[in-house]
Amino acid sequence: MKKAEYAIRLKEITKSFGNVVANNKINLFAKQGEILALLGENGSGKTTLMNMLSGIYRPDSGSIFIYGEEVYITSPRDSFELGIGMIHQHFKLVDVLSARDNILLGTKRKEGRGTSSLSRGIEDICTRFGFEIDLNKKVHNMSVSEKQTVEILKVLYRGAKILILDEPTAVLTPQETEKLFGILRRMKEEGCAIIIITHKLNEVLEISDRVTVLRKGESVADVVTSETDAISLTSLMVGRPVELSINRPEPAGNESLLEVYHLTVIDDEGKKAIDNISFSLNAGEILGVAGVAGSGQKELCEAIAGLHGVEKGAILYKLENIVGKTPDEIIKMGISMSFIPEDRLGMGLVASMGIVDNLLLKSYRSKKGLFIDRKPPAELAKRLVKKLDIVASDFDSPVSRLSGGNVQKVLLGREIESKPNVLVTAYPVRGLDINSSYTIYDLLNEQKQKGVGILFIGEDLDVLLELCDRIMVLYDGRITGIVDAKSATKDEIGLLMTGSKLEAGA
Amino acid sequence: MGGIKKHKRKEPLIRIAKREGLSKPKTVALKVCATVLALVAGGLFIAAQGHNPFSVYFFMVKGALGTKMSFQETVKVAIPLLISSLGITLAFRMRFWNIGAEGQIIVGAIAASYFALYKNTMPHAVLMSVMALAAIVAGGIWAGIPAFFKSRFGTNETLLTLMFNYIAQYMIQYLREGPWKDPNALGFLQIARFSDNARLGSVLGIQAGWIVALLLTVAVYIYINFTKSGYELRVVGESENTARYAGMNVKRIMMRTMFISGAVCGLAGMLQASGTDRTLTDTVAGGVGFTAIIVAWLANLSAPMILVVTALFSILEKGISFIQSRFMISSAAAAVLQGIILFFVLGFEFFTRYRLVLRREAR
Repeated sequence: MKKAEYAIRLKEITKSFGNVVANNKINLFAKQGEILALLGENGSGKTTLMNMLSGIYRPDSGSIFIYGEEVYITSPRDSFELGIGMIHQHFKLVDVLSARDNILLGTKRKEGRGTSSLSRGIEDICTRFGFEIDLNKKVHNMSVSEKQTVEILKVLYRGAKILILDEPTAVLTPQETEKLFGILRRMKEEGCAIIIITHKLNEVLEISDRVTVLRKGESVADVVTSETDAISLTSLMVGRPVELSINRPEPAGNESLLEVYHLTVIDDEGKKAIDNISFSLNAGEILGVAGVAGSGQKELCEAIAGLHGVEKGAILYKLENIVGKTPDEIIKMGISMSFIPEDRLGMGLVASMGIVDNLLLKSYRSKKGLFIDRKPPAELAKRLVKKLDIVASDFDSPVSRLSGGNVQKVLLGREIESKPNVLVTAYPVRGLDINSSYTIYDLLNEQKQKGVGILFIGEDLDVLLELCDRIMVLYDGRITGIVDAKSATKDEIGLLMTGSKLEAGA
Repeated sequence: MGGIKKHKRKEPLIRIAKREGLSKPKTVALKVCATVLALVAGGLFIAAQGHNPFSVYFFMVKGALGTKMSFQETVKVAIPLLISSLGITLAFRMRFWNIGAEGQIIVGAIAASYFALYKNTMPHAVLMSVMALAAIVAGGIWAGIPAFFKSRFGTNETLLTLMFNYIAQYMIQYLREGPWKDPNALGFLQIARFSDNARLGSVLGIQAGWIVALLLTVAVYIYINFTKSGYELRVVGESENTARYAGMNVKRIMMRTMFISGAVCGLAGMLQASGTDRTLTDTVAGGVGFTAIIVAWLANLSAPMILVVTALFSILEKGISFIQSRFMISSAAAAVLQGIILFFVLGFEFFTRYRLVLRREAR
């Protein structure tokens, strides 16, 4: 094999969508046997760049070199034949097939399926890189981490030498992350080039050899990991120094607002998404909810907001059961509860409408008569834009044109404006840059101090530990523990996230 | 690295890129460009037929607008088209694909015809109101049935509304050949002409439907943009989840909107039967329900724009039929000409959303 210096090199890659320049003359390279971290805030152009390597987009200008030769990647097949393997955030596996069949699927081998030579090929890879997996297990019986393993095996089996992982740890517990990193290190020793996309600084520092930082579509820095630290990486990513600690004011009360008893919720596929859980939420506290994705967080939120049917159990708001009521009835009962859903533009806001029309969403019914009145929301829009620093060209252009942070501020602003007593919020900082995230934390703390009870569904354990008063851990629809955020450790929560039950709940 | 060698392919010569946020003047320029190209291509076709394109185009416009009578005829064509385009726009704004305007027009016409044929002794104003009301209710129910099935069982509204067109169409044939057959027609299969009392009067020489159509344009515009129900249907159209989240009753909104959508189309049927045809024929809708889909989309589902697009469509339609007799162009050739013009205008919609990128210069 010819030994080229760089396994992959991007030169002056530019890509724009309409008037938005997503990537502007980006340079990036990775050597064989190297782990490169691609660090950047959401919207900095990481995913666009990687989609060009996997053949989903084409660059407007610039060149891509693989082992020193210029290539044109026009389809995912080209990318795959060049030895580039992409592990997406959303897995592309066939649920009803076994791990082995998923790996073999679509490969053009002449031999019959299931012959021992094929299996041996996969097993060889497993032992070489240290994968532990039952190849006969069906994908639908697998945990998220196992599915990810199958995805990685799949691209390795197809001969990928350049691996791109898009936020691979977002769905993993700390322990599973450790395991993944072990595998990545083995691959590196085998001479693979690995690019890992992430915005988690501690992981960058732990696993990578080099870091390329993207900011607003440009590659702003290329540093050796051992010569840098979290603070300087953050300022490179954000563009200026940032304070990295979150406030945690004392809980502002101890009156119980929301009590959930033996709640069971069946999801759309007929499985128990929430399985007999009980907890309470006090006024003036932030109760965090941790758990790997799909542990029942969505169903819990929607059940509380009246959007999802409840199989068994009760949800008491100030001692009144709200199970079985529609969202409309809950609003009419005078319960001021606000739910900030995970899917902001698909559920919380109307993407094609402007700020004013979106602010109308929860209040238009309160006015009498046939017509809507845009004056109050227009004034509210002005106030919110000023108070929350929302960057918007005008109040009538679609909110889908706003950045993620501004979208979230509009949503949160609207909900807070309704002066709720209970605020349910799912992944409120997902997709936001560091600055916007801190604005959101401040807003939540402000509500907490006013005595609002906040249920905070989070994914970043560091944030949960710093912001919340108590953390409830969900595993497969059950509560495996409720811990005091001031004294709990990340490892402790990580264990609970994998289902090991806490003996005595805090 | 054999795989790499194999893949030293060239970049494609032309590729398609999505564009976003096209400016207003550019959009207008693009549409003008499409129209010019359509006329040029149509002109070539006319020239190939041995006619002078300029004079053909001139007479097309003249045939549609040139005399008082031709203008009145053009407006007559426009009335049902305008009203049914407005009707389906209500459903389309909710992303409910009502392909059934044709059937809703027909059942509206049938319901109105019942009173026109058999209960026509009421005073004229009362009879007109009853006929209109019957058409509104019938069209609304006809559209409401697919909406009910969709909201209750999640059926596909496109298929259901489409199928309902055929049911309505055959219903007219049944009535014409059976219970409503005109006994005085000496064996011809037709329905009797309406008595004078059941005919809609004229205002300024054109059936009064044009006033209704203009009023409806304003009403639909206000309904969609300024009423609570209009706001609700827009939210449901964008995302049912958001609507549920905001506490809206999605099923009720869906049924209500489809009822109104069908009711408006049904009214178009009554106006056509009573104002223009003066009887019920099986061409009472005559494809208008389908043309309305094109009109609604070309107008970007905006009521004022629908008025403009309908006017242009009607002029094209009337003009084409005029030049057929003036230049002895066969109806097939006229249909080709109309097709060419529509092809360019519709085809250019593509360029408002995408652009072509040529291969970059060799480095």
